[in-house]
Amino acid sequence: MRRRLAFLLLGLLLAVPAAAADDTSSAYRPLPGGRFASVLPADGKAAPAILEPFRLRTEPVTNAEFLAFVKRHPEWRRDRVPNVFAEKRYLSHWAAPDALGPGALPRQPVTQVSWFAAQAYCESEHARLPTWYEWEYAAAADATRTDARSDPAWRDRVLAWYGRPSNQALPPVGGQPDIHGVRDLNGLVWEWVEDFNAMMTSADSREQDGADKFKFCGAGAITMEQKENYATLMRVAMLSSLKATDTTVNLGFRCAKPD
Amino acid sequence: MSRMLSTVLAAASMLALAACSGKQAADVALPSAAAAAPLAAPADLGPPQGEPIHAVLTSPPHVPPPIHRNYPAKVIVELEVIEKEMPISEGVTYTYWTFGGTVPGSFIRVRQGDTVEFHLKNAPDSKMPHNIDLHGVTGPGGGAASSFTAPGHESQFTFKALNAGIYVYHCATAPVGMHIANGMYGLILVEPPEGMPKVDHEYYVMQGDFYTTGKYRQKGHQPFDMEKAIDENPTYVLFNGHEGALTGDKALTARTNESVRLYIGNGGPNLVSSFHVIGEIFDRVQQEGGTHPQENVQTTLIPAGGAAIVEFHTDVPGSYVMVDHSIFRAFNKGALAILKVDGQENKAIYSGKEVDSVYLSERAEPNLKAVSVAARAHAAGTLSKDEQIAAGKQLFTGTCSVCHQANGEGLPGVFPPLARSDYLAGQDKNHLISIPLHGLTGRITVNGKDYDSVMPPMTQLTDDEVANLLTYVLNSWGNAGGQVSKEEVAKVRAQPAPPQTAEH
Repeated sequence: MRRRLAFLLLGLLLAVPAAAADDTSSAYRPLPGGRFASVLPADGKAAPAILEPFRLRTEPVTNAEFLAFVKRHPEWRRDRVPNVFAEKRYLSHWAAPDALGPGALPRQPVTQVSWFAAQAYCESEHARLPTWYEWEYAAAADATRTDARSDPAWRDRVLAWYGRPSNQALPPVGGQPDIHGVRDLNGLVWEWVEDFNAMMTSADSREQDGADKFKFCGAGAITMEQKENYATLMRVAMLSSLKATDTTVNLGFRCAKPD
Repeated sequence: MSRMLSTVLAAASMLALAACSGKQAADVALPSAAAAAPLAAPADLGPPQGEPIHAVLTSPPHVPPPIHRNYPAKVIVELEVIEKEMPISEGVTYTYWTFGGTVPGSFIRVRQGDTVEFHLKNAPDSKMPHNIDLHGVTGPGGGAASSFTAPGHESQFTFKALNAGIYVYHCATAPVGMHIANGMYGLILVEPPEGMPKVDHEYYVMQGDFYTTGKYRQKGHQPFDMEKAIDENPTYVLFNGHEGALTGDKALTARTNESVRLYIGNGGPNLVSSFHVIGEIFDRVQQEGGTHPQENVQTTLIPAGGAAIVEFHTDVPGSYVMVDHSIFRAFNKGALAILKVDGQENKAIYSGKEVDSVYLSERAEPNLKAVSVAARAHAAGTLSKDEQIAAGKQLFTGTCSVCHQANGEGLPGVFPPLARSDYLAGQDKNHLISIPLHGLTGRITVNGKDYDSVMPPMTQLTDDEVANLLTYVLNSWGNAGGQVSKEEVAKVRAQPAPPQTAEH
């Protein structure tokens, strides 16, 4: 009993600095926002998106971080979470409901998480999931420019990730930071966004509604104004195929906060 | 009818949609045809009967067995999307997205009037969402809207196979071109109620174009190249997804006097195929779902996103090469497949080579001038060794240098060198002469390197040509010298061929 207590205390001691680090400003970086040409124009034609300044988590949430969250909030353990919040594959690559094991290394981004679980995690950091526009705006950057999308090198990097099969282990987080100081937006995992479902609201009229078009042949061509959009639209297509309870082996998340 | 027409027109106005669904694109032709004579709508053969049937799916080049059923049934199709790395050419790998683990995807066979319950499964370790647009489906998107499936999920939709024919299916998730370019296409056959006439062989072949960042046959893992795909400049044009998928040991086979039916599709994404089988004439070509086959076809066009049923009869044994007759694709981008026909020769239909003689026209100057000089000198009895060497050099360029190379160095490990060859130096003259006459097969060691391959007999060469060639080789590239005469060659030719093991 005493040994267990000591172990718990040790765990707390170890956990505290990590948790503290998450709340420091270094974990989130400010992005100025402004007008941004999205692949999903605000009016369905060409209107730019207008973004308020916001702060974005520098890295996707890792297995270790999500494990700490699950221990603080056991209602999000895979054996306790209600079906309406997460499907049965939720965290199924972990060795146990409260242990990572060999299939989930601490510094790998957490995957197999539902939108509900991701949102709950972000709330625990006094944050929320980024909107699609926020995510897309941030991911347009490279090391030296806030919008590098017209550079073929940027596009190639995004497309190269699509070309890699996902039967290999995910790399750990910690890629090169971009001009905002944010890492791993492209080339590591898919990421949940707050409004993934609103991007794709279903409607009756296929002709006018952009949503259903993504499900069809040629839809990419209809909406694709610029070639670099192709790379981004694949992410839209992926997000639009999901329900909020879904989880996949390549889908993780990061959080955002208002400035 | 009018509602159908307006649907069709709406579809036509949605350019991309119509372009992708073969069904709708075909119907666009309706107005003019309807003006001549009203077309009967495809028959609805009534509700499904009997117990549900699980469809047999096959990997290319195999085709599921014919359907011997005289009633419409409910048929359950279960198809899994798998993303996986496979070789695209020797030493080159590519990340394919597949229906059923193969490119093209599994062959589906149903009967007209069947109600098909389709289950599309996306493997849990897939990175992408996928769906399926079957050109054999009547309905918006060909099933695409109803089958959009996230990784680790399964979608189900049901359609009635109203039209008989051979139809392409493909993934239609944005970006569609990339999903197709990565191998997401296949064929579904909707048999007419009376079934397909019996044939000896049915095979499944599908063309597709591939776009890699590296050059053709550049080794290693090659990612998809969006730029080349948009420019419609493929790195590979392939039958059944891999270079060599249908050649060598994997060639299609038949015997003489058999009937062969090929289900030929073209997944695209970009190129149309000028499908041709070298040395065959198609007795019948049935385009798409057409009920009026074209006959005696040499080359048939398979549009991207289209298919045809091709039938022919085998008469003469040999290797029949299937190509896209946009011919650089065949020999420089991989669009080659082989049908190997075994059986009795039929000299009445095809003789094989009967005569091969030197033809020297005025235009042979100057390349073969040395050969004709040697021929005249020999006739006059004044042939010198230098004239022999000059003539042999010209012949070498046309006959031998493809393998042994113009400089006589050969290709290491494949074609042995003739230059400074210790092997040539060690042969007696009669055996030397027998090599071009009878060929050489088996293991030999030349200049310290082992070779184990086949040199075919050069039976087209005349005695004096062989003599001149050998004299040229013996007096070139640091070999020891010597001379071979026409009479010596004639003597060896008169003897039986030596046993074909090279160890002597």
